[in-house]
Amino acid sequence: MSVMNRSVSVLSKNIRNCFVRRHVKRSLSSEAGPLFPGAKTSWTESFDFTGKHSYAPIPVYRVMDRRGNIINPDEEPKLPDETILKMYKDMTLLNVMDKILYESQRQGRISFYMTNYGEEATQIGSAAALDLEDIVYGQYREAGVLMWRGFTLQQFVDQCYGNKDDRGQGKQMPIHYGSKELNFITISSPLSTQMPQAVGSAYALKGRNRVVICYFGDGAASEGDAHAALNFAATLDCPVLMFCRNNGYAISTPVEEQYGGDGVAARGPAYGMHTVRVDGNDVFAVYNATRRAKEYALRESKPVLIEAMTYRVGDHSTSDDSSAYRSPDEVKQWSTNDYPTDKLRFHMESRGLWDKEKEKEWQQQARKDVMAAFQAGEVKHKPHWSVMFDEVYKFVPPHLQKQKADMKEHMDKYKEHYPLDKFDGK
Amino acid sequence: MALTKVGRIAMKTLNDEIKVLNNVIVRRNNFVYTPDTKITVQGEKTKMNMFQSINSALDIALRTDDTALVFGEDVGFGGVFRCTLGLRDKYGKDRVFNTPLCEQGIAGFAIGVAAVGSTAIAEIQFADYIFPAFDQLVNEAAKYRYRSGGTFDCGKLTVRAPCGAVGHGALYHSQSPEAYFAHTPGLKVVIPRGPTKAKGLLLSCIRDPDPCLVLEPKILYRGAEEDVPVGDFQLPIGRADILAEGSDVTLIGWGAQVHVLKQVAQLAKEKYSVSCEVIDLVSILPWDMDTVCKSVKKTKRVLIAHEAPLTGGFGAEIVATIQEECFLHLEAPIARVTGFDTPFPHVFEPFYLPDKWRCLAAVAKLVNY
Repeated sequence: MSVMNRSVSVLSKNIRNCFVRRHVKRSLSSEAGPLFPGAKTSWTESFDFTGKHSYAPIPVYRVMDRRGNIINPDEEPKLPDETILKMYKDMTLLNVMDKILYESQRQGRISFYMTNYGEEATQIGSAAALDLEDIVYGQYREAGVLMWRGFTLQQFVDQCYGNKDDRGQGKQMPIHYGSKELNFITISSPLSTQMPQAVGSAYALKGRNRVVICYFGDGAASEGDAHAALNFAATLDCPVLMFCRNNGYAISTPVEEQYGGDGVAARGPAYGMHTVRVDGNDVFAVYNATRRAKEYALRESKPVLIEAMTYRVGDHSTSDDSSAYRSPDEVKQWSTNDYPTDKLRFHMESRGLWDKEKEKEWQQQARKDVMAAFQAGEVKHKPHWSVMFDEVYKFVPPHLQKQKADMKEHMDKYKEHYPLDKFDGK
Repeated sequence: MALTKVGRIAMKTLNDEIKVLNNVIVRRNNFVYTPDTKITVQGEKTKMNMFQSINSALDIALRTDDTALVFGEDVGFGGVFRCTLGLRDKYGKDRVFNTPLCEQGIAGFAIGVAAVGSTAIAEIQFADYIFPAFDQLVNEAAKYRYRSGGTFDCGKLTVRAPCGAVGHGALYHSQSPEAYFAHTPGLKVVIPRGPTKAKGLLLSCIRDPDPCLVLEPKILYRGAEEDVPVGDFQLPIGRADILAEGSDVTLIGWGAQVHVLKQVAQLAKEKYSVSCEVIDLVSILPWDMDTVCKSVKKTKRVLIAHEAPLTGGFGAEIVATIQEECFLHLEAPIARVTGFDTPFPHVFEPFYLPDKWRCLAAVAKLVNY
């Protein structure tokens, strides 16, 4: 009863307050613009929708033309010859490695592979603009970034075989590389999960003169995690470079079915991020964009969105046959026109840095090096089967110790039924 | 020059692809598929593998229901496992279409389609990638009816997702997430063991008044083939199948694992003269307690096998029910042979799986207890 009385008295007090408020004199703000907290903007008295018609598409920044000539001399990155040579050699070594590992999958030697054809410049250009201390979160088509940083051919091959020298202990599918020394977070197959993680790492590293770069595709940009990442990056002022490799396809799905707006770049300003769209087949343009993005991110402690426009010349993976959804002519056009390594080679030839003879010699050397790594990797044993129980946790908990012991007992009795000849004995 | 060559390799025909895939599958299979003799559906039959029988079910669903929509990532060109092959051409891109790459979007969109009375048949490309959609499925689809007292529902929702081991899928192309969804009142969860079962179950799920999740063992898409009825038929959700009758031990599994268990029954007979009864649970939620308990009361010994990890796996639920219902009938502790409590590892798959040798060893222990 007393509770009820109290409620009634509170209620009547509230009602009284309402009346008081009604009698307060209106005080009008002298501010002419809107006061809404949700947007700092102005009024308009003529109605119009804001849409595609309101903005021109974001242009594509480039340095070189199709023949590898520098268009605006002010934009030439003026890299030392040895850097340009390393760019070209890494891009083409990547091609040779892709070719051999792709074929080896076709022969059933490794279980899976993904090539990087067409996206060499996005990877090498961006990698070259960063420092080794900068952290890389890749999606899965960034082998070139690792190559630039010094991941050896043997390390690539060992991972693809999941042999005992694979740092990942044979636990993941091929191409799921990772390296602590090279600040390259191990690849995970689920798409876009790396994006908010990259933003978190960038936040944690604020003020330490390092940035984080996060690679993702045009398809991955549709995941919920992509939105979360861009919004967190912008609101929490994270020095992160969100690097979209827009290669036109998410497996079979063309970009026309992936988004309705002006690509991925157009979302940057909407999140409040500095944004640049760049020719992903022009290694110098990618280099400049990434370099400047890094400088800005460090200076201002802010994120940058980079959309590198490119084309996935190879299939999505060895599980894919892209002729089922795109024409050979379309692929041919991209493999003969604007191809990233061609563009750079034209440039190098015009500067007298490269010629046919050097190309021939290098191709032979590259093939020899990849084959040597490949052959060495193939004969190595896979880790002992019990390694499967390691690294689930820092220390193997009792329930897993029991499962491991049970399996050992089983293996002792039934070993002839298991492919132990391919695995380490101890 | 090198690129033209690359292009040529990249453009290899689908036949080559299938040949290679088949080689890999045959080499790595830990079971032999034998055509289904349990299902007796009358009418014309034709040889189909599981992706073809699922395609046939989707074709029938689209033909018999004008409101039916089929969508998901890469569904337009036929899907990465070819289950939707040819359907966009046949029914138009308004009814069979690609979505942007976003599982939570696919699930939420599908719920919305179903909530207004249309039939939603959504594909999640791999069950491993269903987790972004977990919120939509667990908090939304499963609770739509309950939270509105039956005012609204999304019963016309069916989600398909390929699950299970495939020989080389590793952590993110091999998982069997049925136990997560079994813990979700309001959903129905089924797992077919082959082409005929897949077709009949899928059509039942599409027409069922509650939201359903069909987990399709991806190894069976190409690795299982049999004569499948070409017409329209449905198979019951919530009912297990006894695939082989026996008197000494009951072997319970689902999906591809039942084919391992069929071989285990054969081996147990040959090696130990032990007679095994093999049960395909078929339906995880709801599940067929009657068939299981009746069998257990007869054999008095039970082995449950699944690819998913041991702890919290659906086997644990079955064990709990059996000890409640059949306690005094049991002659030995119930055995569980499962994937280990680790992520699904790549090169260690032959050691990780609950293969026939691990199951056979468990059968020997059961009878010698």
